[in-house]
Amino acid sequence: MTLTAPATKPQQRQGAASRRAKVGRPRLAWALPGVLFFALFAIAPMLYSLYLSFCGSWSGIGPARFVGLQDWHRLLSDPAIRQATTLTVEMTVLSWLFQTPISLLIGVWAAGKQRNRAIMSALFFLPLVLSSTAISLLFKALLDPNFGLASTFGPWLGFPQGNILGSSHGALLALVFVGGWQFMPFHTLIYQGGARQIPKSLYEAASLDGAGRVSQFFHITLPQLRHTITTSSVLIIVGSLTSFEMVFLLTNGGPGTSSTTLSLAMYQNAFQNFDFGYASALGTALVIVSTLLSLVMVKFSGFGSMRSTREGM
Amino acid sequence: MRGISRRFGGRFSRTALALTVVSGLTLTAAGCNSSSLGGDGALVVYTYGDGSTDVQQQAVSDFNKTSKVQVKLVTVPGANYASKLRMVMSSPVAPDVFFNWGGGSIEPYVKADQLVDLTPYFNEAPLKDAFLPSVVSAGAVDGKDYGVPMRGMQPVVLFYNKTLFAQYGLQAPNTWDAMQTAVTTLKAHGITPFALGDSDNWPSLMWLEYLLDRVGGASVFQKIQSGDASAWSDPAMSTALNDINLLIKEGAFGSTFTSENYTSNAAPTLLGTGKAGMQLMGSWDYANQVTNHASFAENDEAWTTFPTVPGGTGDPADVVGNPANYWSISARTKNLATAIKFVQFMTQTSYEKDQLAGGNMPTNTDAGALLPSYPNSQFLQFQYQTVQKAPSFQLSWDQALPTTVGTPLDTEVGRFFAGQVSVSQFESDMTNLQKNVG
Repeated sequence: MTLTAPATKPQQRQGAASRRAKVGRPRLAWALPGVLFFALFAIAPMLYSLYLSFCGSWSGIGPARFVGLQDWHRLLSDPAIRQATTLTVEMTVLSWLFQTPISLLIGVWAAGKQRNRAIMSALFFLPLVLSSTAISLLFKALLDPNFGLASTFGPWLGFPQGNILGSSHGALLALVFVGGWQFMPFHTLIYQGGARQIPKSLYEAASLDGAGRVSQFFHITLPQLRHTITTSSVLIIVGSLTSFEMVFLLTNGGPGTSSTTLSLAMYQNAFQNFDFGYASALGTALVIVSTLLSLVMVKFSGFGSMRSTREGM
Repeated sequence: MRGISRRFGGRFSRTALALTVVSGLTLTAAGCNSSSLGGDGALVVYTYGDGSTDVQQQAVSDFNKTSKVQVKLVTVPGANYASKLRMVMSSPVAPDVFFNWGGGSIEPYVKADQLVDLTPYFNEAPLKDAFLPSVVSAGAVDGKDYGVPMRGMQPVVLFYNKTLFAQYGLQAPNTWDAMQTAVTTLKAHGITPFALGDSDNWPSLMWLEYLLDRVGGASVFQKIQSGDASAWSDPAMSTALNDINLLIKEGAFGSTFTSENYTSNAAPTLLGTGKAGMQLMGSWDYANQVTNHASFAENDEAWTTFPTVPGGTGDPADVVGNPANYWSISARTKNLATAIKFVQFMTQTSYEKDQLAGGNMPTNTDAGALLPSYPNSQFLQFQYQTVQKAPSFQLSWDQALPTTVGTPLDTEVGRFFAGQVSVSQFESDMTNLQKNVG
């Protein structure tokens, strides 16, 4: 093998090169429709809302006029935004804490070869194929204190009258729970894929050395899944930061403002108060924060440097 | 249904967004063909699309028989009418005539000189004296008329279950004392006194609107509406807010009202199934009960005006709610004469009859005579007489104020009912808000 390698390699390379020449490398023009669409429907609106964020309280009537940093100053001093930020961070942290361990465990379990695994996985996957709207309306009906199940199980959870959606803590917890219910199947799928990639030889070696299942999980499975954990965490965090439909339909930010997250506040400012300038500043800030946060996570988890999980194998 | 339609905040985001996008495309196309660009002499009219649209469609086809310039009715579906209108009004294909809620909903357009001042036309026949004066004034901005009433009146009234009241020997709750007795008695029998869809916020606002009017009269809110933010801390406002706090404390709204809403029918069902004894709600809820709880509407439902408040200086005949919806005319129209003729068409008896047949109570001065021959005429007559006698018909605050104040007001009311802000905090929050963005 080692002797023939130098002889065949150039030949292969040549073959590949000539094939490429014959078929023709896709020119940049091929990407043009996609690039145009993306520019028209993603980049241009983003730049336009960046511009609007410097236009003061533009109501949507008449031309928008550049007035400078007015909206950004207001954004930094608005107590409602401070509260919404705290809530959004709380919801993000709680969602991560709720979703990650459960999806990780189910995902690793589903990667195995147990009896009924396929059926259980398929059932568990169901919530993800339902639309957020359907899920929110379903849970809104379930959590109704008079006509839903909330009056039955509310008392067990510490809500004596079943007033879950109507109490500030209950509303937040309901959002975390329903969001988790919807998206855990997706993260389970990611972990299942990740766990299946772990070479069997590692476990064989470990069991020869006398490691038990728990020890194998903590010393092989978890370290091997660290890139998967990063991917899933970035998705959970960015998803929670920008989640909208569920908050809008399930609690509409209430009671009062105790579940008004940043994305809902943005919607309310834009399409209910008709304060497009301020809403644009809020939206732009949200884009910047989400992007920075995912970059930071990727950086600190070592995902960016692409250190292999197979090091030393 | 009408309860949903009067509120324009979209509640079913995806569907609504999809509808907006789709309708946006078709509307743009329709506008290009006819209005400002086509120049074929047609008049484009935008209306809010819901169950009542048939009446407008009928009016348009009746009108077209009499006019050389044809009217083209564009029905904008879904709950996003207000934002849709805002987009199209700043585009080159703006409609000539459009549906609106009067008051604060058209104020930005008035300030941008985009509407025709209809005052001169109101002063000449046949618009003059054609509509109830309190209704016409709710469509005005800064004392000038910009709206012609085009749909039914929707006063907020106090509905109650007369069977329950008879069972427990209670009087109709039209005085504060009678209402308090009803609250205590109903509570003692395990019935929620008032159904309240507080999670929508705006049903709670109705309580503040009526209480402020009864305590301090119509002038307090008129000050706020004219831009005097300090009126938010008027003593009458404090009294009204404290009264609400007392009602909440004594359990007048039950203990789960912060979870309940109106738009998905939770609160009306409480009333309709006898789990609650009373509900303060817009007149549209009657049609809602007829549809969803027919036997309750027929056998048990009764209604009265908001109770008098001891020591209050307001006129107990005052009404709050939605006086009507209005047609306004865009200043850019090329067919002003036809547009005027079209809005004058709303004074025709045939249009009133169509409205009544569709379940709406017209706001025309001569509508009273038509009522007896219609189903539910008792309720129609109560509505008509209440509004006719009312010295003031205050448009719902969240629509009377500019949206930058009106919508946050709903949220602040929600915070107040949820116990998150005190009376003084509410007053200072609203004062600051109106000073900063109003």
